[in-house]
Amino acid sequence: MALANDIPLSSLAPNTAGSYRPARAQAQAGIILSVPATLLLVALVIGPAILVFFLSFTNASLGLAGIQFIGVANYTRMLTDPGFAQSLRNTALYVAVVVPTAIGWGLLVAVLIARSRFAVLYRTAYFLPVAASLVALATAWEAILHPSLGFANTLLQLLGASPVRFLSDPATAIYALAAIGVWQLVGFNMILFLAGLSTIPEELYEAATIDGADRGLKRFLLVTWPMLAPVTVFVTVMTIIRAFSVFETVAVLTQGGPMKSTSVVLYTFYEEGFRFFRVGYASAISVSFFVFVTFLSLVQMRVSERRARWKANGGQ
Amino acid sequence: MILGQSSSSRIVSHAVLVTGAIIMVFPFLWMILASLTPQSEIFDGSLLPTPTLHGAIDNYGTALSAIPLLRFMANGFVVCLAILVLQIAIAIPCGYALAKLSFPGRPILLVGVLLGLLVPVQIPTIPIYIALAKSGLLDSYAALVLPWIISVFAIFLFRQFFVTFPDEVLDAARLDGFSELSIAWRIMLPAAWPAVVSFSIFSIVAHWNDLYWPMVVITNPDMMTASLGIAYFRQAGEGAGNVGALMAGGVLVTAPLVSFFLLMQKHFIRGLVLGRH
Repeated sequence: MALANDIPLSSLAPNTAGSYRPARAQAQAGIILSVPATLLLVALVIGPAILVFFLSFTNASLGLAGIQFIGVANYTRMLTDPGFAQSLRNTALYVAVVVPTAIGWGLLVAVLIARSRFAVLYRTAYFLPVAASLVALATAWEAILHPSLGFANTLLQLLGASPVRFLSDPATAIYALAAIGVWQLVGFNMILFLAGLSTIPEELYEAATIDGADRGLKRFLLVTWPMLAPVTVFVTVMTIIRAFSVFETVAVLTQGGPMKSTSVVLYTFYEEGFRFFRVGYASAISVSFFVFVTFLSLVQMRVSERRARWKANGGQ
Repeated sequence: MILGQSSSSRIVSHAVLVTGAIIMVFPFLWMILASLTPQSEIFDGSLLPTPTLHGAIDNYGTALSAIPLLRFMANGFVVCLAILVLQIAIAIPCGYALAKLSFPGRPILLVGVLLGLLVPVQIPTIPIYIALAKSGLLDSYAALVLPWIISVFAIFLFRQFFVTFPDEVLDAARLDGFSELSIAWRIMLPAAWPAVVSFSIFSIVAHWNDLYWPMVVITNPDMMTASLGIAYFRQAGEGAGNVGALMAGGVLVTAPLVSFFLLMQKHFIRGLVLGRH
């Protein structure tokens, strides 16, 4: 995963292939080996994506009977629908809490673990939420956050604070979901940062020591942080996309409530498309989602390409 | 060596790591304790549930009898395995061809793969759902498996892995009479093993835990996967409000994946790190 978006576009230029194989036989083999993937890519990803784009300009509903083109009506409805504006705001709030916390915490843990004797133990503990069934663990969180008798409120009462109705109070529900989201993402980010840390050459730290940066924060700012920059870009985009796609905890714990305070974009899309069968409108939502994700990915490719060029030119 | 080392900073860093680790593990601990505690005693005002033998028997008994939990897990297992095997079978030859063979259409396919990487998984689901509905395939394994058998990410991952593989080895294999297909299976697959392991973990975790797609295509309880089964258990019959039994179900559904990860974690991390070189 770490490598997926880290590749500058230039590395995708044709390379010289095997020399002992006659060109025609090679072309034939290449086609045969890639045909299944090509067909499926068109049938299951690119084709449907194009279809969704067209559907977003129609009033299609489930049966697709009597489709009419209605221009950008779905998009204008999206922009003027207070319900959608609310779910955009909820999503933005969720992303704004989850992204910096999950990245900062993941980085901190990775840096601290890298020099710990108990690295394996810590790594396992932090990674457990990533491997866990979120539906099952969300239920455990719900019980821990129980409005009166859960662990969190029992603890608060022991400390003399008044209980909080975490998931049933419109003011706190989205933050409770964000906390669960952070809990689930920290370990994943930690693993990616650990992979990044392991590629930093030891000589750089030795050089930094000679330059006088032999301790804590200085070393981190001089060597670790700049060397981690490409991984950080990747982790950031991945975390934003995953935070933007929050679904399980909403579907299981709140169904968008209380008072719409946790209705997020993907859950709205699910409801519009698969419960109310407003296919055209749901398509418009997903096209906007796609545009947003593409924009992020392009920014990331730009950044990593500039980095690659910067490195190729000798850095510094 | 990442930071400097003094004993006071070591203590602080351990304190930070331990606190975080407790937060990470706590819900698992709570889930296990609650799964062993009688339903009536879970919320009795004490900090943690107190397990008893009859509580354990009761909860796990209910989880296994009130809903077909083993059936859900078997469904999940079949679906994850089918998806993984097909994903790899399709992605390895394609990744090999993209990395090592020149053929007409290769540049276009590469662009297609890149575009595919950008498409969020939810985008194609409306047309696929309609196609499945029209062909009467909802509520079937096919509906659960079909949309996921092409993994653009796997193709890209394996291609990146194969690009650096020495051409001399391939040429030697060709001189020995290997076909391109047997090169893909007998040379490239073993060479990509760390990437295969990493990818397998991502794929299995994603599909075992997926709620979105099963929720869309499955309404028949017999066809539910583990995640959907637990979500359904929360609302249906004896599960609703029975936190002890729900947690027992949660333990049963979470255990296979967590143990799989614990077994594989060394390979998994090596695959990630190797992939970056």
